[in-house]
Amino acid sequence: MSVLKSREALLALAILVAIGIIAMRFPAFVAPGNLANVFNDTAPLMLLAIGQMIVILTKCIDLSVAANLALTGMVAALMNGAGMPLPLILCAVILLGAALGAVNGVLVWKLGIPSIVVTLGTMTIYRGTIFLMTAGKWVNAHEMTDGFKALPRLVILGLPVMSWIAIAAVLIFAVVLTRTALGRAFYAVGGNAHAAVYAGIDVGRTQFWAFVMSGALAGFTGYLWVARYAVAYVDVAGGFELDVVAACVIGGIAIAGGAGSIWGAMLGALFLGVIKNALPVVGISPFWQMAISGTAIILAVAFNAAQSRPKGRLILREAAQ
Amino acid sequence: MEPVLRLRGISKSFPGVKALSGVQLDLYPGQVTALIGENGAGKSTIVKVLTGIYQPEEGTIRIDGREIRLDGADAAAQAGVTAIHQETVLFDELSVAENIWLGHAPRTRWGLIDRQAMRAGAARLLAGIGAKLDPDQRLGDLGIASRHMVAIARALSVEARVVILDEPTAALSHKEIHELYDLIETLKAQGKAILFISHKFDEIFRIADRYTVFRDGQFVGEGQMADVTEGQLVQLMVGRSVDQIFPMRDHNIGSPVLTVSGYCHPTEFTDIGFTLHRGEILGFYGLVGAGRSEVMQALFGITAPSKGACRIDDQVRVIRSTSEAIAAGIVYVPEDRGRQGAVKGLPIFQNVTLPSLGAVSRAGFLRLAEELSLARDYTQRLDLRAAALDQDVGLLSGGNQQKVVIAKWLATKPRVIILDEPTKGIDIGSKAAVHAFMAELAAQGLAIIMVSSEIPEVLGMSDRVIVMREGRIVDEVAGDRMTPEVLVRAAAGLAVAA
Repeated sequence: MSVLKSREALLALAILVAIGIIAMRFPAFVAPGNLANVFNDTAPLMLLAIGQMIVILTKCIDLSVAANLALTGMVAALMNGAGMPLPLILCAVILLGAALGAVNGVLVWKLGIPSIVVTLGTMTIYRGTIFLMTAGKWVNAHEMTDGFKALPRLVILGLPVMSWIAIAAVLIFAVVLTRTALGRAFYAVGGNAHAAVYAGIDVGRTQFWAFVMSGALAGFTGYLWVARYAVAYVDVAGGFELDVVAACVIGGIAIAGGAGSIWGAMLGALFLGVIKNALPVVGISPFWQMAISGTAIILAVAFNAAQSRPKGRLILREAAQ
Repeated sequence: MEPVLRLRGISKSFPGVKALSGVQLDLYPGQVTALIGENGAGKSTIVKVLTGIYQPEEGTIRIDGREIRLDGADAAAQAGVTAIHQETVLFDELSVAENIWLGHAPRTRWGLIDRQAMRAGAARLLAGIGAKLDPDQRLGDLGIASRHMVAIARALSVEARVVILDEPTAALSHKEIHELYDLIETLKAQGKAILFISHKFDEIFRIADRYTVFRDGQFVGEGQMADVTEGQLVQLMVGRSVDQIFPMRDHNIGSPVLTVSGYCHPTEFTDIGFTLHRGEILGFYGLVGAGRSEVMQALFGITAPSKGACRIDDQVRVIRSTSEAIAAGIVYVPEDRGRQGAVKGLPIFQNVTLPSLGAVSRAGFLRLAEELSLARDYTQRLDLRAAALDQDVGLLSGGNQQKVVIAKWLATKPRVIILDEPTKGIDIGSKAAVHAFMAELAAQGLAIIMVSSEIPEVLGMSDRVIVMREGRIVDEVAGDRMTPEVLVRAAAGLAVAA
């Protein structure tokens, strides 16, 4: 537990150091308003990383989150175009996202197909569905109502609603993960599936719920994304699923399942957000951004591997065989 | 005749356990020597010594009178010792020929694998053992008997002089077993020295020329099969005295708790029925593979029985999942506690409360204080040594992890607790502690099923013993009939001694 905590503290420190270095050359970067912008920009990544983290905890992976986001975002835009009220749209995107996640979950649970294969397939299907619905047409800003576009940008207590939603999601899922039986089951299933079965936990059903949560978060983020950028099309958030997985890995979520905290996922997303926003300011080409996040991923994994290696016990275990 | 292989004074110990102490073994060319002994007698250990996996601390190994050291699997292969294991490791996606030659394939002049020589060699080896298999066939497409043939061909591909067959017939059908007997005759005719390990007396008498008996890691006798009877072999295997001390118990057998009737499974067991009472310890004895663990897994909802009924306190309960079993008051402490017991990475208290999350929740939310107090109660009762309850369970020693696992089950306040090989692989001191604890639980009125392969433990702890063989209950033993001979005979399918 203390190891986990120090891991997150270290990541927070890394983010602060990065911000500090940038501030030495560009003091404007650390102006409260700018930091709030960086946080707000990172909110979608954070929301998806929460869902992804839950899925990864159960030893699965969800590659369909960005496609889910694009599909629900498009549905939200079309519903808005058809004149439906915003509260209905919000309910619809969450339910649709959850349903898309449930498709993944059922395939993993009932057919026992590896999640990487299932979500690779549904990722393509969901994107393809957008094309079928729209024949590739865009929904542009002028086709959206002002109310639809305004909600994510509405500023409350100095922060846009989108940021508040990300903060609320972190807090809600922190409670779900640490204070409910289902949350505990996510950890147990990924940590030792056999032991979980013997403790009366249904492994498949637990994974199913992880996918449903990931899908619901992706669906809600779909509306936020489309409303904020005021555009919906087939390739919205193309390749974003990899950023999401990267945020989790940087945040110390064990890809083998069973270990990691929501704070890690949040900090992993923030780290990528700071890098992404700072590089243009510092005048470094966006291509470097990929190299830097790639390096961060490998460093994070190497660090985690070094942390979890048992010290001096392997020899004993061998002798005990 | 001179033995090909001669072992003298071989000893091997592990922390807390002396697996072999000063054993001897002789294998003669063209003869089958049966190695006989109870589970835990040291048969598997001697096989590992012979194949270079374990190095003994004492003793000599001679091949053709020359002393050698087998300090690795390579050395054993070079010396011409080869083993066919209970579960032979083969590769489904490779061809028959590739499986036979993996690791020592013939090479061309350029150092590449000589596929032609490999195929020809495989065909020759397969023909030599009378197997009609295509060397190019994918191994995964073969049946279990054919895979066995491939394993044997692989064993012979290293110019073996000594062939070890470790329970070779366990997974074979009647017809396949007879093919294996023919094969053994072929190997004998080729002058190989064969070590044959089996629990089945009928096949030992059928194919072995000589026998060697181990008991508790010690050599107790050898001779010609022609000079010995079944009864004498059983006597040698079980010995006379049970010198371990078991706790004194009051045998306060109460009302029936669990009644199982007509439990069947398509492949693992047939027509299992028994009654378990409050305060009772019911032993399940049988050879490895008799279906005992499978019955327990069905009772616990891990596998589904195809037929049969289970009553708890006279109420019929259908158990389709482990959570239903736990709700019905049945818990199962599995044999493989490392894999099926603790969730490493979770703290101790969360491991303890894992099956009891409902009991420590209020309105759907877990209460940390209640979790900790539940975990504290039960880990204290088991005298767990840990720095703190929020410590990662993976950092505890094996014995302490086991205590966490048992605490986890007791915390569900079960009516029936099933212990599968509760003392397997732990040292004598811990064994005594586990036995004392079992006696205490029974005294508190808990009904206990103990699956065990150790005769002293079964006899020392149980009120009654059910003996299983090949998926069926073959005997129920209580009172004066609780003797090693009765158990061994029932488990091996022998007639009851006159």
